[in-house]
Amino acid sequence: MLKDITLGQFFPGRSLLHRTDARIKIILLAVFLVFVLCAKSAAAFTFVAVCTAVLVIISAIPLKTIIKSLKPLMFVLIFTAVINLFFANGEDILLQWKFIKIYREGIENAIKMVVRLTCLVTGTSVLLTYTTSPLDLTDGIERLLTPLKHIGVPVHDFAMMMSIALRFIPTLIEETDKIISAQKARGADFESGNLFSRAKALIPILVPLFVSAYRRAFELAEAMECRCYRSGVGKTRMKVIKTRPADYIFLGISVVCCVGIFFLNQVVIPF
Amino acid sequence: MSLKLENVSVVYGEGTPFRKVALDNINIEFPKGKITGIIGHTGSGKSTLAQLLNGLNKPTSGKIYLDGEDIWVNPKEISKVRFKVGLAFQYPEYQLFEETVGKDIAFGPKNMKLSENEIALRVTEAARMCGIPDDSLDRSPFELSGGQKRRVAIAGVMAMKPKYLVLDEPAAGLDPVGKTDILNGIINYKNETDGTVLLISHSMEDVAKYSDYILVLKEGKVFAQGTVEEIFSNISALADSSLDLPQITRLFHELKKRGLIERDDVYTVKFGEKLLKEKGIGNA
Repeated sequence: MLKDITLGQFFPGRSLLHRTDARIKIILLAVFLVFVLCAKSAAAFTFVAVCTAVLVIISAIPLKTIIKSLKPLMFVLIFTAVINLFFANGEDILLQWKFIKIYREGIENAIKMVVRLTCLVTGTSVLLTYTTSPLDLTDGIERLLTPLKHIGVPVHDFAMMMSIALRFIPTLIEETDKIISAQKARGADFESGNLFSRAKALIPILVPLFVSAYRRAFELAEAMECRCYRSGVGKTRMKVIKTRPADYIFLGISVVCCVGIFFLNQVVIPF
Repeated sequence: MSLKLENVSVVYGEGTPFRKVALDNINIEFPKGKITGIIGHTGSGKSTLAQLLNGLNKPTSGKIYLDGEDIWVNPKEISKVRFKVGLAFQYPEYQLFEETVGKDIAFGPKNMKLSENEIALRVTEAARMCGIPDDSLDRSPFELSGGQKRRVAIAGVMAMKPKYLVLDEPAAGLDPVGKTDILNGIINYKNETDGTVLLISHSMEDVAKYSDYILVLKEGKVFAQGTVEEIFSNISALADSSLDLPQITRLFHELKKRGLIERDDVYTVKFGEKLLKEKGIGNA
């Protein structure tokens, strides 16, 4: 059951987004977030949706996967839509039934929020998590943060910690599955009872899980020390990331799009 | 009254490119009151079979009968099946979580909602069968050595007194002493409770030494089944399934080839020793 989680899953591929330098993609993501969050007018939102769709298309990630990744968000989407629909105030009343009033602004806001959230999540996953291998990602972060080294921030250790954490997510999920099965075999019941007894039922899972996580951590630390790991001192890289002209063009286009949003916000399309 | 599988198949990832047939139309009836050794290579479906028997895994098709009743007739009652068919996983020592060894062994019986007295009785009984000293019961399970932890975990399953005890590689990764201790504990369990034991292993030596009946799995199918003698006397068939014969059997096979001895149906060192003594070969 835990295997269905698609947290930070990487889909290997050769698309333009896959080949883009991870550093550029991280910057792009920041630009993209500003882009999505600044949209205000209907025209701007349409543009955001189109841009996200374009990103999805060039990433060559199957649409099915993207829809699946949005599923856990469904509740949040419906919740925000409903809140916006029923509780927004405005001028144009479209529908009135007893105390329920639906304004035109409410509908507009609901649609905007849904589009915004969907685009945020889809854009983030397509730009970064689906198309960047965890290794490239941490490498990218490390390189981007390199300037901070001069003020004493342990950037390399930070990146190392991140890549180790990412690496162990599937391992720990597998481990959890195994422990759940083992405790079920001993008659543990996770499905019935009130909240308190259910929380208590988690102890037989959490304790062995923490113990094994610690054990793995110590083993890994020992193995790293045995191979003379000493942080990033004098480290050379097998794969040197190079930024190609295409990356800059890509970045340029995105910045233009981002600035474009502010102009589109001024455009008012009559409903 | 037995544990029986009828036309059981298990398919993982149906409808995806990762589709894999783990078990393919299996028909087995495990003999009661005996130790059945289940052997097979990695990926032959041993562990899948183990999880089927106590309802942790559901067969894609086919039925599993426990004492004549289909275990999946009432899915809500599946926990009752788990008390009748005890399963100790591979490396079970990683499931320990309680403050003391005694409490950990009591986890299963507690889930069965037994009385305090009965639980205490079962804990001491299971501990004794697995060779856990009384003074260890109040210690933390995390202070113990690997082999001791393993014994505590297996005792935890035995304390539920399942009629059928399924053990997935109980001796994997242990030193010879730890291995003998655990396997002897299992024999004790069988003798004292008159239970049926299924011993999953890839070690031919252990299986030959401890089981009465053997089931050989190969690529999800039953490759061979029979008594220890039947299985190992058919040496060529076993060689086909690329499983190793016990070292002692191979030795006697070679001795027979060279005309030094007439028999090659030797599966345990003890029996081999006896034969050699009778023959007056070596200083055995």
